[in-house]
This record gives sequence, C-alpha cells and structure tokens, in this order.
Amino acid sequence: MNEQALLGLADDELVLGWRDSEWTGIAPLLEEDVAFSSIAQNEIGHARAVYELIVGADGDADALALDREPEEYRCAPLVELHLLDWAHTIARRWLYEVADEIRITALKEDPDAATAGLAAKIDREEAYHRMHAEMWHERLREEPCFRQAVEELWPYALGVLPAELRGELVERVGLVEVEPIDRGGHTEELALLWEEMTMVRRSAPSGAQW
Amino acid sequence: MAAVEIPRDEQAFLEYVQAGGQVETTDWMPDDYRAKLIKFIEMHGNSELMGVLPEREWILRAPTLQRKLALTAKVQDEVGHAQLIYRVVEDLGKPREQCLADLVDGKAKFHNVFHYPTKTWGDVGVIAWLVDAAAIISQKALLKCSYAPYARIMKKICWEESFHILHGRDVILAMVTGTPKQFELVQEALDRWWGPLMQFHGNPIPKNEDPMYLWRIKSQGNEEARQQFLEGYVPQIRELGLEVPDPKLRRRDDGAWEYSEPNWAELKHVVTGHGPKTEERLAFRRRFLEQEQWVRDAVLAA
Amino acid sequence: MSEPVWEVFRKERRGAAFEHAGSVVAPDADFAEAWAREQYGRRGESVALWLVPREAIRDVEDWADEFDLKYRRVDGYSIKARLKEARERAGTAGTG
Repeated sequence: MNEQALLGLADDELVLGWRDSEWTGIAPLLEEDVAFSSIAQNEIGHARAVYELIVGADGDADALALDREPEEYRCAPLVELHLLDWAHTIARRWLYEVADEIRITALKEDPDAATAGLAAKIDREEAYHRMHAEMWHERLREEPCFRQAVEELWPYALGVLPAELRGELVERVGLVEVEPIDRGGHTEELALLWEEMTMVRRSAPSGAQW
Repeated sequence: MAAVEIPRDEQAFLEYVQAGGQVETTDWMPDDYRAKLIKFIEMHGNSELMGVLPEREWILRAPTLQRKLALTAKVQDEVGHAQLIYRVVEDLGKPREQCLADLVDGKAKFHNVFHYPTKTWGDVGVIAWLVDAAAIISQKALLKCSYAPYARIMKKICWEESFHILHGRDVILAMVTGTPKQFELVQEALDRWWGPLMQFHGNPIPKNEDPMYLWRIKSQGNEEARQQFLEGYVPQIRELGLEVPDPKLRRRDDGAWEYSEPNWAELKHVVTGHGPKTEERLAFRRRFLEQEQWVRDAVLAA
Repeated sequence: MSEPVWEVFRKERRGAAFEHAGSVVAPDADFAEAWAREQYGRRGESVALWLVPREAIRDVEDWADEFDLKYRRVDGYSIKARLKEARERAGTAGTG
C-alpha cells in the first residue's frame, strides 16, 4: 500500500476514534459506555501504529497525527461526520467495520513485511470490533431509525474503499451501489473537529512537551 | 460450624458492625442502615458519572496521542466504576433508572468537585493528580465498609485508580518542566481547585457523631481524610515549585496540618445543586438519557 | 423494570480457580460477553470468564449443626494435654 493510502487508513482510525470517544460518559448504557470506549482507544492505537510505520523509528508520530492543516488529512468523509445519536453511530460503526475488514484483508498481503505484519495485528484486534458491531446490528436491524441511518451513510461508506474493493462491500452490506462520497474532499465538520483536536497542542510552540 | 447469624435487632446489629461484622445483600439490616447505605453509595455512583463530564472535553483536545489514550482510559474507568456502584445499589433495591432519574432531576447529590468548570489543560493534570488523590483516600477507607458487596467493588476501584494519579502527576510534571506559560497554567489551575479540594472530604463532624461512621459504612472521619491528603500531597506540590494558595497552611510540630477554614457555606451551596456548572451538566446528561431511551428499550426488552 | 443480571466469574491466571467478580445487566449472552470482556478484562486482569444468568444460580446458605459433630473436624481434637503426658512418660519432654 502506498504512503498516501496508509495515511488514509491512519487518518480514518484517528478521526473515527476521536468521534467514537465523544460517547465516553454518555452512551445509552453504562456497560456499553465502557466497551465502546475500548473500541475508541483501539482505533487511536491503530492510528498511532500506522503513523509510526510511516514516520519510522526516529520520527514523530504525534507531529504527523496532529500538526497538519485540515486539508492535509486523508480521512474518508464517513469518519468526519458528527453523529451524536446512537442509530447513526452504530450504523457508521457497522459499515466502517465491514469496509475496513475488506481493506485490512488486502493489506495483510502487502509486499512490505512490516505493513503486512501490522495489518495482521490490527485485524486480530478488529475481530472484537466486528463482533460488537454485528451484535448491535442484529439488535437494531428492525428499528426504522437504524435502517434509515444505514441508508444515509451508505454513500459515505462506499467512499472508504478504493473503487476496486467496493464490489465486495456492496455484496456484504446488501444495498444497491450508489454514487460514493469519495475520499479526497472533506466535510465542514472536519474543520471544527480539527479546531478542537489541536487547540491545546497549538497553544504551545511546536516541540513543547506535554 | 454454624454460619454467623446477623442479629435482627438494631442495637445488636450496631454492635455487630462495630466489632467488624460484615453484611451481605440478603442479610437482615435495620431500615436506617439500608437507607443510609443506599444514599451514600448512590452519591458515589453519581459522582463517578458526573466526574466524567468535566474531563471528557479534554479527551478531544489532548495534545498528544499518548495523553489522549491515557485520559480516555481514565475516564473509561470512572464510567466502569459507576457501573459497579449502581449494580450494588440495584441489588439493595433501588433500580438504576431511578438513580439516574433522581440525578438529572436534581434530587440526588454528587461530590462538590464535579460542579466546577475545567478551563485549561492545567485542570486536567490537577484533577487527575489531586482530585483523584483526595478521592482515593476516601476509597481506601471504604475497603473496610461493613457492607461487603460495596467493600468488594472498592478493591477493583482502588486497583484501577492507581494509574490515574500517576498519569495526573505525569501531566503536571511535563508542564512544570516545560515553558513558563505551561507552568503558569498549572499554578492557575491549582489556585482555582484548592478551595474545592479542601472542602472535598466534608466538614469535620466528629466520628462519633457521624452516622456513616457509627454504622461502619465509612471507617474514617472527614478530618482524618483531609489530614491524610495534606500530609501526602502538600510536600509533593511544593517540591515542584508550586504554591498552595493558603497563607495559613502549615504543618505543626505534632504533625497535624493547620489551614484556613474551608468555605463550608460554599460546599453546601454547591452540593445542593447550585455549583457553577451543575445545571448545564445535569441538562447535558438529561438530554442524552432521554434521547437514547429508545436504545435501552430496544436492547433490554424481552 | 428488572433486567437480566449476569454474574461474572473470573480466572485471574492459569491454575487459579474462578472467583466471583461482579455482575453486568445484559439482554443475552452475546451482550453479556461483550460487556464483561471489557469491564473485567480490559487491563489483562483475567485469562477467562464465566458468565451465568443470576437465576441459574442456586443459593445455599445454611446448615444444621445441632449435635456437635466435632469428631470429623480438626477443631474437634485437642491433643496437647495427652501429648505432654506421653512425652513425660517416655522421657522425651523438652527435646523438641
């Protein structure tokens, strides 16, 4: 996988992890709050591992993660959306996990050993995310607001994957393929997210310790 | 060997718990004990849940990935503690929904410190280090609670809290050894939090007049806890070059700490629901509780 | 509203016994598992969990002990006095 695509993966996990961590303390059930927070932490952890792979042993992963301008991020619009209602949140989790599994499976075959190895590690941890997403999908699939949320987010979900991998996503999700909302552009929500995500870091000169 | 029988008489029960006797969920207990227990434990659960709100904003603003992960994990623990605590209350007879409804309706209390705003990353360090330290002193004393299910969860809670203080101190240390502006952020946060911290353990009601102590729900008096906090943490604060904003604070030769009288009126005012952030935070909680009721209905329905 | 409570037993390390750790409220085994995994294992503090619906547990709490059947317990035996006498007779008292 080329560096731009890897950065896309890392940025997806960073921003989705950031969005998922917004539920800390306000999830619909306490038990779910704890479990959901672990998922958010895992995502940030995956992002960090991929940033570290990109910058190398002596590089600064935090700088890559947090010191770019909003336009320089390579995340898919799906993860940027501010979705503080459970139906949309779970719909996004479920769609993302299906798409991500397809992407990670391909990445496990990457010619670069370090990349393939990292993909395998991520995949093993994602197994629990998939279980969790499936569990909620089963429970909510008959709820009209959930089905509607899935349909609304479907074009964004297609945008997570490159064109050649979308066919499998279509098959697994079972919806008709539509015009994707592609990676490359950004929603207005990213700028707001970036503002909050970087405000403390930007308050000190570059290189300050925290 | 016959099992120990809990005496079904309030005076005998009192003697039983004061002699170190343990009480389980299905044991007989005086109505007053049960009522006080529920109220105390519920307040603890509410505090863990409300404590999340001042901190969760800073998860989103954490200046490094490591800090983001650590803060998320810390706050996750607090939610987990709320779960453990409300389960104990539920088994005592008060359903979780009722606890949460009473909380957002302003009918139930939570600790003073969670009614105040957080303004900077300096607050993040001060809370994780010093507010958690004050809380852990109380929590360690609760390991000896006469009500065994509560004492047992306190073990897990204390074990998980151990990294919170280290994390908090690490955040502070990074800032006090960073730029002058970062040092100032910490001092400024400490200036704001000192008052609430001194009020945290409650006014110095003598142990033998405190029903919570008489029932051995608490095993430590309020003043004892405060003294432990000062003894443990004032030297640690001062050794960083930070100033504790109380000119009267000093350690006597006999080891006891003297300090300016905390503002007990402020404490009462705040815990009865009039803190600077009380309304806003309860409203925030209420909003999500109501908004996501359909999820609980979908999940917990038969 | 009374929701199903699942008791959580955890095994801290290989070779240890399962110990009661707490409980989660969950509608079924899948949710109970997802939630107990995190509440009782996110720090690597457990190598295994047992999840049991509370109503599957049978509580047993009292025994009758009316006739003082001490003969079958260690505390039913007090050998000090006789041991002392035997040692004195054998001249081995005080030799450990």
